[in-house]
Amino acid sequence: MIHSFIDILRRALDEEMTRDAAVHLLGEDVAAGGAFGVTRGLAQKHGATRVRNTPISEAAITGLATGAALCGLKPVLEIMFIDFATLAMDCLVNQTAKYRYMSGGQLAVPLVVRTQAGAAGGAAAQHSQSLEAWFIHVPGLVVVAPASPVEAYGLLKSAIRLGEPVLFIEHKRLYTMKEEAADDIQLPPIGRARIVRSGTDVTLIAYSAMVQSALEAAQALADLDIFAEVIDLRTLLPLDMATIAASVSRTHRVLIAHEAVLNGGFGAEIAARIGSELFDELDTPVVRIGCPFAPIPFAPDLERALLPGSQDIVRAVCQMPGLGD
Amino acid sequence: MPTPTLGDLKQMYRALWRIRLFEDQVQRLAAAGEVPGFPHLSTGQEAVAVGVCAHLSREDVLFTSHRGHGHVLAKGSDMRATLAEILGRQEGLCRGRGGSMHLVDAANGVLGATGVVAGNLPLAAGAAWAAQAQGQQNISVVFFGDGATGAGAFHETLNLAALWKLPVLFVCENNGYAEFTSREEHSKVTHVSSFAAPYAIATKTIDGNDLLAVYASAGEAIDLLRSGRGPYLLECMTFRLAGHYVGDAQQYRSKEELAANRDKCPIERFKRHLIEHGIEPHELDAIGEHARLEVQQAADGARAAAQPDASTVLEDVYRSPALNSISG
Repeated sequence: MIHSFIDILRRALDEEMTRDAAVHLLGEDVAAGGAFGVTRGLAQKHGATRVRNTPISEAAITGLATGAALCGLKPVLEIMFIDFATLAMDCLVNQTAKYRYMSGGQLAVPLVVRTQAGAAGGAAAQHSQSLEAWFIHVPGLVVVAPASPVEAYGLLKSAIRLGEPVLFIEHKRLYTMKEEAADDIQLPPIGRARIVRSGTDVTLIAYSAMVQSALEAAQALADLDIFAEVIDLRTLLPLDMATIAASVSRTHRVLIAHEAVLNGGFGAEIAARIGSELFDELDTPVVRIGCPFAPIPFAPDLERALLPGSQDIVRAVCQMPGLGD
Repeated sequence: MPTPTLGDLKQMYRALWRIRLFEDQVQRLAAAGEVPGFPHLSTGQEAVAVGVCAHLSREDVLFTSHRGHGHVLAKGSDMRATLAEILGRQEGLCRGRGGSMHLVDAANGVLGATGVVAGNLPLAAGAAWAAQAQGQQNISVVFFGDGATGAGAFHETLNLAALWKLPVLFVCENNGYAEFTSREEHSKVTHVSSFAAPYAIATKTIDGNDLLAVYASAGEAIDLLRSGRGPYLLECMTFRLAGHYVGDAQQYRSKEELAANRDKCPIERFKRHLIEHGIEPHELDAIGEHARLEVQQAADGARAAAQPDASTVLEDVYRSPALNSISG
């Protein structure tokens, strides 16, 4: 059966709410279906007390969800755009992430914060950012960024069952993606990357929508007789270094691609880890692809000009010493 | 709400002294360099903690702030474990991970103290939501200072709590200062209770140094909460006799102001009340002495407690052991 990203997220939420009475949804407009329709119909099915609209109060609703998670609920909070998570940073960074540790292990925060990120369609500078690096810097959080509908389904269900505070980042460009899925989808474990395409010449590491760009690039590179392996990280925090190490040990070349700006981006962390842990495996320097250091512009031509894509990946791989010469 | 019995009154008198002497002990240990960090004492504000917590069961949950020692003791947490935490010991409430500003005693319903002003308010609302959603009868109480009213989270939380009729008691300890800045200088709004009106939240401003007033008003408020009437904002006017933190030179307030407020000491006031009602002074002295011994024993125990094992420093970042192994 073919599923769209939004429909399959709704199915995951619906099934988890049916499976576990502690799961509650809250966020701006969620009872009305949410800004993108992910929660459409769930209030009617599961009741208004389990699917609750909130005021536009990111600081308070994140604290509310955290407090409820301490006391037996498993809230799934929707922060409509990751850009708005800036308003919830005190809670996420100072409270949610640290509760387990500061309490000496007495308490846990089984909370999933679903949010939506990335650039598409002229959403402009305050509704398009890729801010995952801020959260990856915070001990206690788990950060998940699915790359396709089927992945999103499994990862969201795994995130809800994990019992930790999880930031679940959905890329808005993926919302229109459709994918064939079996009726019985295996739930992927949190913290494990997957190899989406096998190859021998270079490892392309990506997550979220950039996995699709990496797959397009790998296809184009194959036409040039360069065989790229594509890793979808799925979980950014914790980072699955074992899968990266196994791949780099085969290919000896690495390119990391993300949509976030390069400066201080997650790619820098991955590159540093590869540089220090896998230096002997590398035939060429690690290459990073990401946004130039600018806000996301509004005009479609400008947005296109800024965003990294498969062509940037192909070009960078072809410039690696020993490849494409 | 029933009138407090003689036994209740004596119990509360003891509770006041337990906090006062505990804070004195923390101050001495801090001055001697035995307390890591910078503890914030609640000296002078004891009646709020005692008068409110007298109505709470272990199932009721409590959130406090950076100035939370008194609330934790009044809720019934173990004094030795509380002090051991403030000293950063393994046998502390949080195994030395939290300290003075992050006391948690989950089994006793103390769900946390936040060092970021106003951050505790939505957490308390969330705990109240969980109780409401699960059909439980327990309530949620959050203590905060008047300084928190400058933060957006305070206003956002009032709105949300009123909208959802959450069983949360907001207890403002209005001590007239946001850290070093007087209320006049940090807000145009004299009384924190004024913020309740637009949200139709029940509210009252009381003398927070009058234990019986706190006890009576908190009792009424909690009765309302338990009947499902939604949140309540109780503003308790009080005064911190200690500095903002241990070591604060307090140059922002005059000796006269401090002296005038020492005369309003909640313990002395309550003592006068009890004597006027026929309790023998020597009996009260014995209660105070009992509290002193208890604090001394707790201090001896806490100071003898083991330091945390440094090899455990990475434990409990996550619940799942697999995630705890993250390095780098």
